Amino acid sequence: MNNSPFVRKAASVQSVMLQVLLALVPAIAAYVWFFGAGILVQLAIASAAALAGEAAMLAIRGKPKALFLTDLSAVVTAWLIALTFPPIAPWWLTVTGTLLAVVVVKQLYGGLGQNPFNPAMAAFCLMIVAYPALMSQWPAAGQLDFKTQLDLIFGGLRQVDAITGATPLDALRTALRSAANPDSQLHGLRTSQLMDGPAFGLLGGKGSEWIALGYLVGGLWLIRQRIITWHIPAAFCGALFASALLLWGMRPDAFASPLFHLASGGAMLGAFFILTDPVSGATTPRGKLLFAAGAAIFTYVIRSFGAFPDGVAFATLLMNILVPLIDMKTQAPVFGHKKD
Amino acid sequence: MLRKLFKFHGGVKPQTNKTQSTTEPIASVPLPDRLVIPLHQAVGGHPRPLVQPGDHVLKGQRIGGADGNLSSAVHASTSGIVRDVAQAVMPHTSGLTTLSVIIEPDGEDRWCELEKVNYRSTPPDELRDFLRDAGVVGLGGAVFPSYAKLKPGKEGKLKTLVINGAECEPFITCDDMLMRERASDMLKGIVAMRYMLQAEEVLIGIEDNKPEAVASVQAAIKASGETGIEAVAIPTRYPAGGAKQLIRVLTGIEVPHGRRSTDFGVQCFNVGTAFSIFEALEHGRPLISRLVTVAGNVTAPRNYDVLIGTPMDHLVRLAGPRPDTDRYIMGGPMMGVRMPGFDVPVVKATNCVLVGSATMFPAPPPEMPCIRCGECAKACPADLAPFEMYWFSRSKNFGKAQEYHLFDCIECGCCSFVCPSHIPLVDYFRFSKSEIWSREREKESADGARDRFEFKNFRQEREKQEKAEKLAAKAAATREKVATEGAATPAAADGEAAPKPKPSGDDAKRALIEAAMEKARQQKAQVAPKNTDHLAPDVEADIAAIDARRNAAPARAADTPDA
Repeated sequence: MNNSPFVRKAASVQSVMLQVLLALVPAIAAYVWFFGAGILVQLAIASAAALAGEAAMLAIRGKPKALFLTDLSAVVTAWLIALTFPPIAPWWLTVTGTLLAVVVVKQLYGGLGQNPFNPAMAAFCLMIVAYPALMSQWPAAGQLDFKTQLDLIFGGLRQVDAITGATPLDALRTALRSAANPDSQLHGLRTSQLMDGPAFGLLGGKGSEWIALGYLVGGLWLIRQRIITWHIPAAFCGALFASALLLWGMRPDAFASPLFHLASGGAMLGAFFILTDPVSGATTPRGKLLFAAGAAIFTYVIRSFGAFPDGVAFATLLMNILVPLIDMKTQAPVFGHKKD
Repeated sequence: MLRKLFKFHGGVKPQTNKTQSTTEPIASVPLPDRLVIPLHQAVGGHPRPLVQPGDHVLKGQRIGGADGNLSSAVHASTSGIVRDVAQAVMPHTSGLTTLSVIIEPDGEDRWCELEKVNYRSTPPDELRDFLRDAGVVGLGGAVFPSYAKLKPGKEGKLKTLVINGAECEPFITCDDMLMRERASDMLKGIVAMRYMLQAEEVLIGIEDNKPEAVASVQAAIKASGETGIEAVAIPTRYPAGGAKQLIRVLTGIEVPHGRRSTDFGVQCFNVGTAFSIFEALEHGRPLISRLVTVAGNVTAPRNYDVLIGTPMDHLVRLAGPRPDTDRYIMGGPMMGVRMPGFDVPVVKATNCVLVGSATMFPAPPPEMPCIRCGECAKACPADLAPFEMYWFSRSKNFGKAQEYHLFDCIECGCCSFVCPSHIPLVDYFRFSKSEIWSREREKESADGARDRFEFKNFRQEREKQEKAEKLAAKAAATREKVATEGAATPAAADGEAAPKPKPSGDDAKRALIEAAMEKARQQKAQVAPKNTDHLAPDVEADIAAIDARRNAAPARAADTPDA
């Protein structure tokens, strides 16, 4: 068979994945700075579990192991899981979540490139439904030293309720609901007063807003490296901002501000690293805009009216379902068939 | 002076590797021992041989006559004896053979008597016939007979004549060298084309990595005193030299797949074609040679003026192939085709013989699954979604692949070039296209068989009816006869009542059914446009190779006992 082109660009799945990992480094650095080195342990646990699960599945499926283990896609999934799970989650929770992602959501659907759902987000959703308490315990910035974190991760007593609280997103939502209740002590307090506590920083949660900044920096670098395009981050942030602005503008006493939404939870991670997963996300330029805007609206609704600490994971899965339809309906006109 | 240029979507920037072969001027090639001239070198009908083994031919003598309404003549490239008119391996990956005239040069290189025309006063129609008989075809690689493209559209004139000197493929520099060394003759060819097309303006597009060529052509335009002709430097980005991409860059017009560019007031020719037209009109010399770049794994890459039919190894020897050479590629590294051997002939489509080795063009890394990253879509100059077409091609869902505009793919190779999963995307698209072509042809023959069957049914039905009518008429006549002869036996006539002719409603029904079937046929023909018309020789060879494999497959299956 004729096999031109005979020359190729030096590009590989491995280099794409490696750049995604590198882009996560600023956020990980901020994470370590504010919350301690426990996250590094979680990253290691998740990576090991992901590679082990991937290797086992590749062996069962009779696929070349060296080729697929070194593509680093499993490590990317592992890191995203470690970064979205609580940093003090017990080791088995991280391992179970990672194995679910790699074995069930990715490999059972056919491996690299075949999974309709984002593996990390599917794992997050499954685990938060299965272990709502463990998945909702987040330490405050600087609250726990490394030894305590290790104790919590690797067993021993878990008196976590005493030492940890909810995420800032959760905390503010609960506080806002209390403020609306005439019987509550917080009744009548304004958002700015509610955010006066030690858990909050300038825009979002104390410390976590810096992690969000880290994701933003890494994400912008990925755009510059042409690994991702601007469409998904822009549409996600824009639609999340607009949704929040709408309700906050009408009732600032009952809803969090748009900037709070952008700086909190998984918004930045979702915008630059989760929704931009090409396998499970939309691929056409217009489709990406629709896909990300839809995810932002779902995220906002789940955050504001749901019971879960964050909405990015569920919103991602919901939009993943729609991807084939979105892609089919948003194919751009081809050469010579444009309207202009 | 600055012209507004337009962009086409996508494109890539492979390493150009052009400077190596432009250091020396164009060289000539000593006569080989043997010339193998395939008769079918251009898009369209197969020219019929005009010579027999043993004939003595002169340089420029016609040896293959244009056949059918789209065909182009073929000529002897030098004087000598026709040794054979036989099947010979053609310069195509498949290794298929094609009817060729094999000439042993007599060394005299004597021209036949050459006809000339005055292209400033001869009517364009006669010039077109002249060019057809001079065997002038597009030398950019598509080898489409030029005379067929030298017709203005319905309005009788053209807005823009685009001359393609972009030469975007890496390694190839034959157009570059032509423009550097033969710009003024090329320009005269362009002036003739402008006259035939009644074109308002002429734009010569040249990638800006060829400043010498741009300067040379601009100087030639200035020296000629012609107005309305402009040499335009365009950004270097593969495939800017694709006809559609170049038209887009220079005029902003996008000519859709399957439409004539003249409908949009524009037509595009390669610079080499312009030079051949000049040679034919001015000197009466038919297309018997062309410029060929020899580059790649050779010590002295260079451009040569090569007689059509020269064996490639004879040519490459001059440039000093390195010992590890394991392949010749006809064309560039992006779209070129690997040759089945080293002694295949240079033909009109040969712009470059790229000499390769396993180290120079290493096999791609192992193919990984598609991760839908969209790099291919970003690189596609036809604005396609290659990863979607790949998906459908892989699952042999050819209908869906066509819905995603498979046939708008120009096989430029950009998608394969950028794919991080190293998927040979273009190979998948070639496979799908050939499968579709083959199915269309199968369907055509099936349609023919069905039409014959239906006509037979119709004829039998008609004959039956005619017979019945005849019988009825006869019966009626008998009845009448009986009636007139005597009213004594009326009951008998009633008893043997003639078979009633079919009610006329039946005819109407059949007419309706036929009309509906005809309509359905037409609709089908519209839905599935014919992709099998007017294919280049290499594409036909592709199809033939695939057909051969397909025919061989069941035979093999039958040979092998059950596993």
